Amino acid sequence: MKIRRILSLMLRHFYLIKGSFPRIFDLIYWPTVQIILWGFVSKFFTMYSSYFGNAVGVILTAAILYDFLFRSSISYNMLFLEEIWSRNLINLFVSPLRSSEVICALTSTALLRTLLGLVPAVFIAMPLFDISIFKLGLPLYLLLLSLYMFGVTLGLLVTAGLIRFGPSFENVAWASLFFIAPLGCIYYPVDILPDWVKPLALSFPLAHIFEEMRSILVNNTVNYKNISLAIGLNIFYIGLGVSIFYKAYKSAKIKGTLVNIGE
Amino acid sequence: MKSVLEVKNLKKNFENFTAVNNISFSINEKKTIGLLGPNGCGKTTTIAMLLGLITPTSGSIKIDNQDLNPKDHQFLSKMNFASPYVELPKKLTVMQNLKVYSMMYEIKDPTKKIEELIENLKLQEFVYKKTGELSSGQRNRISLAKSLINDPQILLLDEPTASLDPDTGDFIRSFIEEYQRNNPLSILLASHNMNEVNRLCDHILMMKEGKIIDQGNAEYLISKHGRNNLEEVFLKIAREKNEN
Repeated sequence: MKIRRILSLMLRHFYLIKGSFPRIFDLIYWPTVQIILWGFVSKFFTMYSSYFGNAVGVILTAAILYDFLFRSSISYNMLFLEEIWSRNLINLFVSPLRSSEVICALTSTALLRTLLGLVPAVFIAMPLFDISIFKLGLPLYLLLLSLYMFGVTLGLLVTAGLIRFGPSFENVAWASLFFIAPLGCIYYPVDILPDWVKPLALSFPLAHIFEEMRSILVNNTVNYKNISLAIGLNIFYIGLGVSIFYKAYKSAKIKGTLVNIGE
Repeated sequence: MKSVLEVKNLKKNFENFTAVNNISFSINEKKTIGLLGPNGCGKTTTIAMLLGLITPTSGSIKIDNQDLNPKDHQFLSKMNFASPYVELPKKLTVMQNLKVYSMMYEIKDPTKKIEELIENLKLQEFVYKKTGELSSGQRNRISLAKSLINDPQILLLDEPTASLDPDTGDFIRSFIEEYQRNNPLSILLASHNMNEVNRLCDHILMMKEGKIIDQGNAEYLISKHGRNNLEEVFLKIAREKNEN
């Protein structure tokens, strides 16, 4: 792996964002609106619910974390889709850029895009709703890391689908996170789910991440076992995502679909 | 003369048809090979296999006497590709695109190389314009600049002057000729422009239904088929099945 080649693909996306006000606006606008909306919903709940009254900002914090996950995944997909839309994909595939370098460049750029969108929104939420996700303390960074890893996994799976099935897979790219969101237990505890669904939900890292977030905010206790489990599951899923990506790439080369999506 | 690219018994089967059927050819240093044939004859599949975009079913590809290993992308730093059907990011300026690709190909002195390409391809007027705002002729020149950014040993060109006016087309052809005179560059050119093939190619491979059915220089093919020019040879070969 060569850093310079990774940086070249990152530079391409930096130029793209830098030169387009609508793109910058789009990155910042959606997380901000999302957080303001959930901020008011959260405020309403804290006034009328004893459960949420004890944990001011549970919903808003969940919304911010979920948005972080959503942005990570969408950013990853967007970066790859940009190459398809601009018909630049063949130029990348015929360059010495390796698949591992593409993954690294997309993963790093997706993080920067996500932070660019979310950081302003987080700072807007602090004075407006008197809520800071930083109240989660050190575990916050582990939860964010875990969410980011899962976002990248989803991005890898969607990218693999785009490579294998072509641009028609684009619709799945937008909906990918919504397929899994009900099992993520973002706004409700795992206990709410029917018994037979619980093991399925717990097989994904999301349920552990959001359970832990609620535990920290409501009970003021940190369960590092839960956090470690989430990270462990993420390592497994990210490995699975990478191997599916490579398999899709190999299969696309055999079936000749790379040529079709690139033109 | 040194052979830079050697293709032996290359074959590509897709699910229900054979796109390329046992073709063999080689390209010597500083020579240009033309790939001619009707649509769907296997030209694009052949180019895609050489670029590692499609995995061959069987056969071998040697670059600089070394077997092409699709897992080792280093062979791609010796090659490059240009086609009007593959574009550079439209929202980036010409300069930004050239900077990105010079980094991707790990060019040692990118500023010097970019300046050289800008001057030789006369890109000065629009180098700070967004690529998407340029005419198709200007975009073809940018695409050619990108394809030469790494001083490739082998350049694969897919219809480099398609949809260009005669003046721009002539500029590109002259540039390619001049560049090849001064650099150790070998070219594989797929084109439907017979004048272009006649002018640029030292050797022509006539393809049909995945096979190389004839080859030689333009003069030889014209005389062998008893026609007046390359276009008539092309038409004869393309329609042969119908005539039979």
